[in-house]
Amino acid sequence: MTTVSTGVRPRRAGDMIFTIINYAVFLLLVFLCAYPFYFLIINSISANDVSALGDVRWWPVGFHLGNYKEVFQLDGLPLAAVVSVGRTVIGTAVTVLASAFLGFMFTQSKMWARQFWYRFVIVTMYFSAGLIPVFIIMKTLGLTNNFWVYVLPFVVQPFFIILVKTYVEAMPESMQEAAEVDGANIVQIFFRIYLPNMTPILATVAIFSAVAQWNSFQDTLIYITDQSLYTLQYLLYMFINQANSLAQAAQNSGGNLSSIVSAATSQTPTSIRMTVSVIVVLPIIFIYPLFQRFFVKGIMLGAVKG
Amino acid sequence: MTVSTLVAEVTATELDEPGGKKRRRHEKQAGGRRSYGMFLCIVPFLILVFLFSYFPLYGWIYSLYDYKPALGLSGSEFVGLQWFEMLVSSPTQMQQIGQVLVNTLAISFLGIATSILPLVFAVFLNEVRTPWFRNAVQTLTTLPNFISWVLVYMIAFSLFSSTGLVNSILTDSGLITAPIKFLDTDQHIWLTMTLWSIWKGVGWGAIIYLAAIAGIDQSLYESARIDGAGRFQTMWYITVPQLMPTYLVLLLLSVANLRNNGMEQYFVFQNAFNQQHIQVLDLYVYNIGITGNSLSMATAIGMLKSVISVILLFTVNAIAKRVRGTSIV
Repeated sequence: MTTVSTGVRPRRAGDMIFTIINYAVFLLLVFLCAYPFYFLIINSISANDVSALGDVRWWPVGFHLGNYKEVFQLDGLPLAAVVSVGRTVIGTAVTVLASAFLGFMFTQSKMWARQFWYRFVIVTMYFSAGLIPVFIIMKTLGLTNNFWVYVLPFVVQPFFIILVKTYVEAMPESMQEAAEVDGANIVQIFFRIYLPNMTPILATVAIFSAVAQWNSFQDTLIYITDQSLYTLQYLLYMFINQANSLAQAAQNSGGNLSSIVSAATSQTPTSIRMTVSVIVVLPIIFIYPLFQRFFVKGIMLGAVKG
Repeated sequence: MTVSTLVAEVTATELDEPGGKKRRRHEKQAGGRRSYGMFLCIVPFLILVFLFSYFPLYGWIYSLYDYKPALGLSGSEFVGLQWFEMLVSSPTQMQQIGQVLVNTLAISFLGIATSILPLVFAVFLNEVRTPWFRNAVQTLTTLPNFISWVLVYMIAFSLFSSTGLVNSILTDSGLITAPIKFLDTDQHIWLTMTLWSIWKGVGWGAIIYLAAIAGIDQSLYESARIDGAGRFQTMWYITVPQLMPTYLVLLLLSVANLRNNGMEQYFVFQNAFNQQHIQVLDLYVYNIGITGNSLSMATAIGMLKSVISVILLFTVNAIAKRVRGTSIV
């Protein structure tokens, strides 16, 4: 008995130490990932003179929510918010519908040269002509400084088509056969029978697409010079890097801001940056935990097939 | 990025065996008449694919011209291989391109070298036995994957700029007198870029391994425990080896995806101080093409990237054939 207990005890002690260290390391990682978001939030709701000095570290100092009202008086910000929301809503809707339709159509082996066209679409994941040729094409097509550059290039997304196609292939074929017997054509079959039954996979597609649209920055950078088409992400980038444009924006909105003279509430570059950042990140923070299972499902569907 | 690797994996099988083992829908009718109507339904989408993915390939022809957007292609002067000759004839140009290639490869290499971290993360998180803590860790560490690089830069800026949080804490505690320049420096750029990628991606990357761990046969652990294996031994001799196939596949795919390392991250972090070491190929093409307005030269350099990526893809594909038995493309 004694030999056994001496054999077990050190291992248990080792186990305890390991468990404690393990939890501690993960707490540290959680801190590293979560604190930056917390930092942005507490700075955006603190007294602006304190946040400008960098003295807001662990909790809000001089709590006020005025910044959120006032940043929307900044030049271009309300419009940028509209553009960002617009591209996210329209872009996601179009992408989801197109992915659903194409994913479904590519299961139809009756289609002429189906295999060829399927590959024609999927293989585009593996090559790109490069930034400049694409830029020139966009320009030729009149898509530079055009809202539709935020939508059209994302309509056909090979990955989403694969997800939908895989999903449809697992659905019972008899659904389609029954509808065919009743004389429904392929478009009716898609809209009446398959589309309503695809919602789980379409939710996954929608959530990935919406996050990508909301976060997109590069397309504004390359294709847009018209300020009325700037997105929130692009505006935030300008606010971080170009102190001049920020001061300008703050000044232009001065007419509305001048009535408030308190140092704690008048806008500083820091307060504007922090507040815009929170506006940009808040939708993600809210939707992510709610839709986490859809994200995970998306990645799993990809993996299981591999 | 991880999603795109997985994506690649899905398509790998799709392209490998089109329709292959899968039951084909409507096999019986398939032999009969072909439906052109169905094809017509998808034509509008095929046109979009052609316009945005295939048609730009024709744009490679710009590398043979001195393209001026105002004049159009017909009005621009045909210069033959002049841009390609320029790339290799001028020593300063050669040196600059060389540096850009080194940056691209170095950052990619660091990315591959650290690709084991999500696996490590998952293996250790699996040892956390408190469900709510596990879920909280998973949710919070995955969050950075879903924010844009602009926001990552905003976080970097507010924490690490000379007036940022870290510097003000260090100054207040008297450890330093002058702020440390974390961002406006040419030091350790490759490393810091890799660290930010890890911060953004490690939690998300771990999800796939956590799922793989959940799929490991529990009897392996039971028999190991009966044989007297401790916690570390089960982790090292069972969990890790069981995850290796998944890891290798993802690794190969990430090598194949090198070309996709994009420019957003490097664009937002670039400044006058670090430009020499942060400029990767994509960013370089952007800088000289869109900012510097020499479209033809940039097209020529962009083609260089395509050539490199094709070579890489085929190399990896060949390795994958050996290791895995099936090709990934």
